[in-house]
Amino acid sequence: MTQQIHTANRLGDGRVVFLTVAGTWSTGLAGADIAAAAAVAHLEAKGREDEAARLVVGAYLIEVAESDGIVEPLRLRERIRTGGPTVGNDVGRAA
Amino acid sequence: MYVYDEIDQTLVDERVAQFRDQMRRRVAGELSEDEFRPLRLMNGLYLQLHAYMLRVAIPYGTLSSAQLRQLATIGRRWDRGFGHFTTRQNLQYNWPKLEDTPDILAALAEVQMHALQTSGNCIRNVTADQYAGVAAGEAADPRIYSELIRQWSTLHPEFSFLPRKFKIAVTGCADDRAAVKVHDIGLVARRNVAGELGFEVIVGGGLGRAPMIGHTVRAFLPERHLLSYLEAILRVYNRYGRRDNKFKARIKILVHERGAAAFTADVEAEWEAMRLDAVDLPPEEVARVAAFFAPPPYEGLPGGEDRALTAHRFEDRAFAQWLPTNVAAYKQQGYAIANISLKPEGGIPGDATSEQMEAVATLADRSSFGEIRVTHAQNLVLPHVAQRDLHAVWQTLRAHDVTASNLSLVSDIIACPGLDYCALANARSIPVAQRILRRFAGLERQHDIGELGIKISGCINACGHHHVGAIGILGVDRKGEEYYQITLGGHAGTDASIGEIVGPAVSSEQVVDAIDTIVATYVAQRRDGERFIDTYRRVGKEPFKESLYATH
Repeated sequence: MTQQIHTANRLGDGRVVFLTVAGTWSTGLAGADIAAAAAVAHLEAKGREDEAARLVVGAYLIEVAESDGIVEPLRLRERIRTGGPTVGNDVGRAA
Repeated sequence: MYVYDEIDQTLVDERVAQFRDQMRRRVAGELSEDEFRPLRLMNGLYLQLHAYMLRVAIPYGTLSSAQLRQLATIGRRWDRGFGHFTTRQNLQYNWPKLEDTPDILAALAEVQMHALQTSGNCIRNVTADQYAGVAAGEAADPRIYSELIRQWSTLHPEFSFLPRKFKIAVTGCADDRAAVKVHDIGLVARRNVAGELGFEVIVGGGLGRAPMIGHTVRAFLPERHLLSYLEAILRVYNRYGRRDNKFKARIKILVHERGAAAFTADVEAEWEAMRLDAVDLPPEEVARVAAFFAPPPYEGLPGGEDRALTAHRFEDRAFAQWLPTNVAAYKQQGYAIANISLKPEGGIPGDATSEQMEAVATLADRSSFGEIRVTHAQNLVLPHVAQRDLHAVWQTLRAHDVTASNLSLVSDIIACPGLDYCALANARSIPVAQRILRRFAGLERQHDIGELGIKISGCINACGHHHVGAIGILGVDRKGEEYYQITLGGHAGTDASIGEIVGPAVSSEQVVDAIDTIVATYVAQRRDGERFIDTYRRVGKEPFKESLYATH
């Protein structure tokens, strides 16, 4: 069954972030709040709330697979968005 | 170089202050993202795949050393120590923070730069021949007219909400290096039999999802009417261009659907109706702007090749390889145009580190009258180098890893940022470019292959100009996998042509081998002196298709 997490960009610096089970936004996938595709309403509600609170912009759901505690986005676009450019000149990528 | 007057500087400074306040209001919650987005885009600030991206305008690709040094400083202080030169002669920073952007714009304004009209449905940054003012046989310096168009089009109230974005390119040479036939408007300066200056006006070219070669609507427009005629074209487009469908909103679709003859008649009728009341080009204003682009104070150098240059040519083999590919003839004896390739083996096309930008700025001060050009092929140019300084220039460039001797060769690849950075992309461009750069790294083979433009786009928007690549590569998403559609026979020069799809798209694993096969087919088919494009036009796509799909 497809699982989903919620992602967005942080308003202040534009960095890619993911909604965690603690209700915060993290730059990594560890601790991401993973939900079945049919049960994502709380993720979407939190996304709208934090967009209104100007923490993040452009929140949307992405499909992931979880295996042995490791969360991986399924689509290439989201894998690159999560891991950063695949081509160098990415020195100093930080939270 | 043009120098801002009080009006230019006030306009840019005021815009910085406005954006600072807009950002403050966004962060304070007084503006929603929907309200703020068009405001940030008007200042070149996009939200891309990983972060914000700031696109800085480099009008007609001309930079002073102070400007390039400031771009380096901004890269180091507010980004990650590099910038990316684009196919529209601009520079993009990939990692700026929203909260830093007003300070970045203020730093740009300090050196008479901005990010105005690098986004949105307006007249974008005007591009021009990178050899403007230094190429032999030029009818006029396109920088003069590009600057006049910049002033006319900046914050033009009538043309700030066009159906879609609008790009103008200008050249003064019959030998087109500015891709004028694939712009919304292309201008070619010419002189008529009486020796008077005017422009061929080409309208309706473009790439993207419907690539088209522009149509000449005026073979010779007298210089003084340039602005009123541009205004007439823009008015016809503004009135009749489609606003119901974003994909059919560019002027090329209007010209295509209306027909070139009818469109031309519309423009001429509009021009006749408005031209007497329109803003036009007073000769004294042309002369005022032209004075900024007067030739630099040349030394009286002898003709023929400089003797020290000849000596270095024989003493230093790597330098001798760089000269024929990267150095172009200059109109003034004793001088040369030095092209700086930003396509090192395995590198990212168009990327330059802050250190590299500073080194080029220092070289420009020392050996190019403080001037640098950016090319639409994502390289840099030192436009006025005395021949005797070429070896010293090359040695400094070598110390900063920007001496690839590959201008216009198979490894001088144009590539958009693709899926590594761009929110619109379907597939990656840069890794494909890097793999091709490595495959063809040997200079001997590259020189044997000769002039061959490979151009790569990560989506149909065609920022990598793949339609006009001798070999074009378009990234597509096929069920989540990156595939690449190959086109052949595209060309952006005076005899421009749109490439033809050679066959089914190939996988990412296959694409470099496919390019190798295409190149090998060309080498086997070519006649003496034929470039790839010449051979392709003679033999067509069948031999390429046959060899390509026989091996896959």
